[in-house]
Amino acid sequence: MQNLWIIPLLPLAGFALNGLFGRRFPKAVINTIAVGSVLLAFLWVLKSLSALGAFSGGLEETHVEHYFTWIQSGVLNIGVDFAVDRLTAVMLLIVTGIGTLIHIYAVGYMAHEGGYYRFFAYLNLFMFFMLTLVLAQNFLLLFVGWEGVGLCSYLLIGFYFTEKFATDAGNKAFIVNRIGDFGFSLAIFLITIHFGTLDFGSVFSQAKALPIETSPGWITAIALLLLVGATGKSAQIPLYVWLPDAMAGPTPVSALIHAATMVTAGVYMIARSSSIFLHSPLALNVVAVIGIATAFFAATIGLVQNDIKKVFAYSTVSQLGYMFVGLGTGAFSAGIFHVMTHAFFKALLFLGAGSVIHALSGEQDLRQMGGLAKKIPITCGVLFCASIAIAGVPFTSGYFSKDLILESAYEYAPWMFWVGLFTAGMTAFYVFRAFFLAFTGKYRGKVHHPHESPFVMWGPLAILAALSLGGGFINIPKYLEPLFPLAEGSKLPPLASFSLLSVGLVGIALAYVMYVLAPGLPESLASSFRPIYTLIYNKYFIDEAYDSAVVHPVIDGSRSLLWRTIDAGAIDGTVNGVGKTARAIGSVLRHAQSGYIRSYAGWVVAGAILVVIVMGLTGISFGVTR
Amino acid sequence: MPEIPLPQSVPLAWYLILSAILFSLGVAGFLFRRNVITVFMSIELMLNAVNLSFVTFSYKFKQVDGHIFSFFVMVVAAAEAAVGLAIILTIFKNRQTLEIDEVSSLKN
Repeated sequence: MQNLWIIPLLPLAGFALNGLFGRRFPKAVINTIAVGSVLLAFLWVLKSLSALGAFSGGLEETHVEHYFTWIQSGVLNIGVDFAVDRLTAVMLLIVTGIGTLIHIYAVGYMAHEGGYYRFFAYLNLFMFFMLTLVLAQNFLLLFVGWEGVGLCSYLLIGFYFTEKFATDAGNKAFIVNRIGDFGFSLAIFLITIHFGTLDFGSVFSQAKALPIETSPGWITAIALLLLVGATGKSAQIPLYVWLPDAMAGPTPVSALIHAATMVTAGVYMIARSSSIFLHSPLALNVVAVIGIATAFFAATIGLVQNDIKKVFAYSTVSQLGYMFVGLGTGAFSAGIFHVMTHAFFKALLFLGAGSVIHALSGEQDLRQMGGLAKKIPITCGVLFCASIAIAGVPFTSGYFSKDLILESAYEYAPWMFWVGLFTAGMTAFYVFRAFFLAFTGKYRGKVHHPHESPFVMWGPLAILAALSLGGGFINIPKYLEPLFPLAEGSKLPPLASFSLLSVGLVGIALAYVMYVLAPGLPESLASSFRPIYTLIYNKYFIDEAYDSAVVHPVIDGSRSLLWRTIDAGAIDGTVNGVGKTARAIGSVLRHAQSGYIRSYAGWVVAGAILVVIVMGLTGISFGVTR
Repeated sequence: MPEIPLPQSVPLAWYLILSAILFSLGVAGFLFRRNVITVFMSIELMLNAVNLSFVTFSYKFKQVDGHIFSFFVMVVAAAEAAVGLAIILTIFKNRQTLEIDEVSSLKN
C-alpha cells in the first residue's frame, strides 16, 4: 500500500478549510493552505512513485489499491479503487506538478481580486477531482472525477459572477459538456451490459481477449460513445464551442483547467480505453478524422483573433486535435506525450498572457499592445520560449511530440500528414503573430507604465519555460511502452521529414514578415479577401449556427410547447380542472346541508325506506340473511 | 335446556308490531317535534323499540345474543343521555332557546 488516497485528499482538505473558513483567514493563511496542499500532494506523488519504482524502470504492472466497496448490486461490484500505472504516473506528475506551479502563480495574479479564498477553494477542489479522475481504477469513479472537474470548470469560468458574459460562458461550458457526458454515461451502461463490470483491469483484459479480426457492433458503439464524451471534455468538433468562451475565467484557471489538465481528460480516457478502441477500426478512424478537422479549423480561426486569450484558446482546441490524431492513428503514447509537452508550453503561454494582461491592468486586446518587450522583458522571454515550443521549432518540446504524431499520421494516411503539417505552419504563424503584435513595434495601448510581474508570478514561468524547451527529451513513448507498444519505426520520406523540420520556422518567418517588416500587409490582405476574412473572424459563424439550429429551437420549443402548452395548459389545466369540478359539484351539493337536524333526519328516514322498498321489490338482501 | 314455550295468548307478531309502532312513534317524534328535549326522548324511544325486537327474537330463537345486545344498547343509551343532556344544556345557555330549528349555524 502506498496510501494513494492521500494524494487527492490533500487538496480536498485544502478546499474544505479554505471554503469553510477562508472568509476569516488572512491571505497568508489562505495561500499556505492552498499552495501547501497541492505541493504536498505533488511530493506524495513523487514519494509513492519512487517507492513503486516508477523512476527506475519499475511499475510495469498496474499497482492497485482497494479501499472499500462502493456499490454492490447483483453481480455488479464497484469499489473505490485507486491504481497507478505508467500512464497514470505521467498524468499525476503533470497534474500535481503544473498544478503546484499555477497555484503559486495565482497567488501573485489574484492578489488584487475579490473572492480570493473562494478562488483557491475552487482551485483545490478541482485538483481533488482531477486526481480522482486519473487515479480511478473503474469507469464510475473516473466519471465522478470527470463530472467534478466539469463542475469546478463551471464555477471558475463564472468566477466573476457579476459579469453576464462570464456566467453565460460558465453555463455554456456546463451545458455543452452535458451532451458529451450523456454519451459517456451511455458508454458506461453498455460496458456494464457487455462486460458485467466497470473495473479497468477486468474490462480491458476481457476486451483484449476478444478476437481481433471481428469487431462486434457493440464495441464500436462503446468506443464511439466514449468518443462523444471525450469530444465534450476535450473540446473537439462538434462540441468545442465552449472552450473559447471559457476564457472568461481568471487566467490561471485558463492555464490549469482549460489548457493543461482538464481538457486533456478526454485524451487520457481514450488512451486508457485503448484496448476497447483497438477493437474498432471505425471508431479509431473517427477519432483521427475529428482530431485533424478540429486541429485545422481551430487553427484557421486562431489566425485572425484579436484577443490574446482567444488566440491561445483556439490554439488549445487545435493542439487537442493533434492529440486526437495521435490517438486515432494508434500512436497512443504520442498523444500522451503531446498532452505533457502541451501542458508545459500552453500553461506557459496562458500564464505569460496573464502576466501581460496583469501588466496592462486587464487589457487583452492585441491591438492595444505592442512594444512590450522592453517594458516586461522577463514575460517576453518566457513567452518566446513557449512560442517556439508550440511552433515546433526543432529540438523544443513541441517539436518532438508533434513530430511523433505526424509520423504516425503519415503511416495512417498521408493526406492527414499534409493537413497536420499545414496546420503546424498555421500554429507557428498565429502564435508568433500574437507574439510580435504584443512585444514588437510601437506601444499602442492607453495604460501608462506597464509593470513587470512580481517574482511569485515569473518564478513558475521560468520553470515552465525550461520544461517547454527541454521537456521533449523526456522520452514518454519509450516510458509508456509496456502499455502502448511502439510501432515499427518507419521512416518518413525525405521531403516529408524536411518539411516537418522547417514548417515551424517558415510559419515564424511569415509572421515576422507580415507583422514586423510590413505591418500594413495583414490589413491589405484582409481587405482583398474580405469574405473569407469575415467568415474566419466570426469563427465560421458556428456559434450563430448552433444558436439558430439548436439553442433557439430548444428555448422556443420549451417556452411555447413545453411551458405554455404542456405545463401551463395540459398539466396545470388538469390539476386546476379537477379542483374546479370538485368546487362546482360542491356548490350544488352544499345546499343539502341546511343545518336543520330535522331535515337530516328526514333524509335518513327516506333512505331507510328506499332500502326497504328496494329489498322488497327486487329480493336483493344486501347481505342480510337469516 | 328445556323448551320454554311462549305464552299462547300473546303471539310473536304482536311483540314485533308493538316494536314497530314504538319505533314509528319515535321517528315521527324525531321528525316533527321542535323541542330538543322531546326529540331526544324520541331517540330513546326508538332505541327501546329496537331493544324489544332484540329480546323477542332472542326468546324465539333461544339464543342469548339478543339479550346481551340489548344491554349494550342500554349502556350506550345511558352514555348518550349524559352527553346529549349536557349538549342541550350548553345550547340553552348560549342561545336561550330549545327550538331545534333555531340551531342551524352549521349549514352550507
